[in-house]
Amino acid sequence: MTLPPRRTFADREEVLGAVMLGPALAYVILLVGVPFVFAILLGFSNATAGSLSFGWAGLNNYRAILDDPIFLRALRNSVIVTVGSQVLVVILATAAAQVFRATFRGKRFARFVLLLPWAVPVSLAAIAWTWIFDSTFSVVNWTLKAAGLLHGWLYWLGDPALALFAIIIVQAWRIFPFATVIVLAGLSSIPQEIVEAAIVDGAGFWRRLFRVELPLLLPVVAVAVLFGVVYTATDLGVVYILTGGGPANTTHVLPTLAFQRGILGADLGQGAAIAVFLLPFLIVVAIGMLRLAHRTEVGGAR
Amino acid sequence: MKRVALYAAALGIVIFAGFPFYWMLVTSFKQNRDLYVGASDLSHIPWIFNDPPTLEHVKLLLGQTDFPRWVLNTLVVVVAVAVITVAVAVPAGYSLARLVGRWGERMGMGIFFTYLIPPTLLFVPFSRLISLLGLQDSLGALILIYPTMTIPFCTWLVMGFLRSVPWEIEEQAMIDGYSRLAVILKVAPRLIVPGILTVVVFSFTLVLQEFVYALTFISSVNKMTVSLGVPIALVRGDVYHWGALMAAALFTSIPLAIVYNAFIDRFIQGFTMGAVKG
Repeated sequence: MTLPPRRTFADREEVLGAVMLGPALAYVILLVGVPFVFAILLGFSNATAGSLSFGWAGLNNYRAILDDPIFLRALRNSVIVTVGSQVLVVILATAAAQVFRATFRGKRFARFVLLLPWAVPVSLAAIAWTWIFDSTFSVVNWTLKAAGLLHGWLYWLGDPALALFAIIIVQAWRIFPFATVIVLAGLSSIPQEIVEAAIVDGAGFWRRLFRVELPLLLPVVAVAVLFGVVYTATDLGVVYILTGGGPANTTHVLPTLAFQRGILGADLGQGAAIAVFLLPFLIVVAIGMLRLAHRTEVGGAR
Repeated sequence: MKRVALYAAALGIVIFAGFPFYWMLVTSFKQNRDLYVGASDLSHIPWIFNDPPTLEHVKLLLGQTDFPRWVLNTLVVVVAVAVITVAVAVPAGYSLARLVGRWGERMGMGIFFTYLIPPTLLFVPFSRLISLLGLQDSLGALILIYPTMTIPFCTWLVMGFLRSVPWEIEEQAMIDGYSRLAVILKVAPRLIVPGILTVVVFSFTLVLQEFVYALTFISSVNKMTVSLGVPIALVRGDVYHWGALMAAALFTSIPLAIVYNAFIDRFIQGFTMGAVKG
């Protein structure tokens, strides 16, 4: 098959490009873009799962949820869980990255174990943690008691404050391996000369860490945190399985409450209105990403 | 002294990360008599096998639950989603990297951002869409919706992957008389094979992990996927069969862990979006 070196259809890059990109663009627009707009519109409607009617309800859904202490509590919990777990993630991930850049015996095994929490489906991890925090058989309680650190009894998932703490631990556990790997990738991209120069100048481990490496790592840590915020703030599985929002609706986060009202309660309008409160989290993340991308574009021109 | 601190830190990380999996392992093979002793009994150490290990939970899981059915359902969805994703995302990634010129980068970024729109924002409108299409409580719903998560990420992955493949091979083919289309059909596929593999693996891991859409669309026990069936349908009323539950979690985690270990670097390249320059 020898084509003459003429510009036929088979040589027009912009046409080929549009044809090949078309299906992906169509999928994304029809099944992400349109539903996204619909999600926001639903928040202003009185739609229910039972009928296909779609009536305009103005701000009624928003008025209802903003007067609802359960919603306000869920919003607060979402913020607490997201911030709390991400603080833990940053600390754990920077520490773990320092460990994994060194060489030591059993490193391959350690790396395999480190990746486990990220690989396991969130729902299965959550059910394992439910068993770990079981009210009667909790191995955590046994260990604390055996170590003499606990004298009473901890009802991990039965007490609102403890349950929230447990949720933060599980979210941090699930996300810190991912953050560690990203920070490691960032560490390996720091020019070796800079680190060596710092050593020559007499900087010790901590000084090197806080004055030289962490500032250079900031964009990478930011990427890890931004993804972490998305994964935590929008996660339904952990809370749904661990506590189901209980006891007495005290540990709901936005996604579980939206599910309870929108799907189980069939009130699509209110469910959508609750989910809309996830947007601020996402907008912060999107802006962060764009700024980082812009910075690396500028910095990439070095 | 420094070595001691290093090993202590490494051990701490391994214990924190691996503890739930150790707990799955121990629970899966313990006899009920050994399993259900209250934690207030300090003389009974829950960390070890006090009675000989047993296979009764595994037998229960494989023989008397719908777990095998869920594995089958999951595989059906995995294959369908992987095929759709490869067919849609690979050409799109090629187009963004090689064909559409300077708009490619921005459009690629735009598509990637849709990956950040979470299922928990979209499940309400989707539940209406799925019932309009008559797909409620069917694997078809998952096969239609899961690509909304795989396509954006995989398009971005393929685009980034192609950036690292030198343009010269394709250029040489064109000098040799191939048309642009012939290059795409005959030369490019060989170059993209590792990228396609990554796309398939990503689709596999995503389908195995997804929970929210499955929970929203699927209500019949025999239509469930593993990640939905295990935590939702293995629990009957208030009775938790912890041995079988942990065995199911363990068996599902192992293949995923192996795959992750092998493909981690490729995924990371996608996530860091060039913020890390090697």
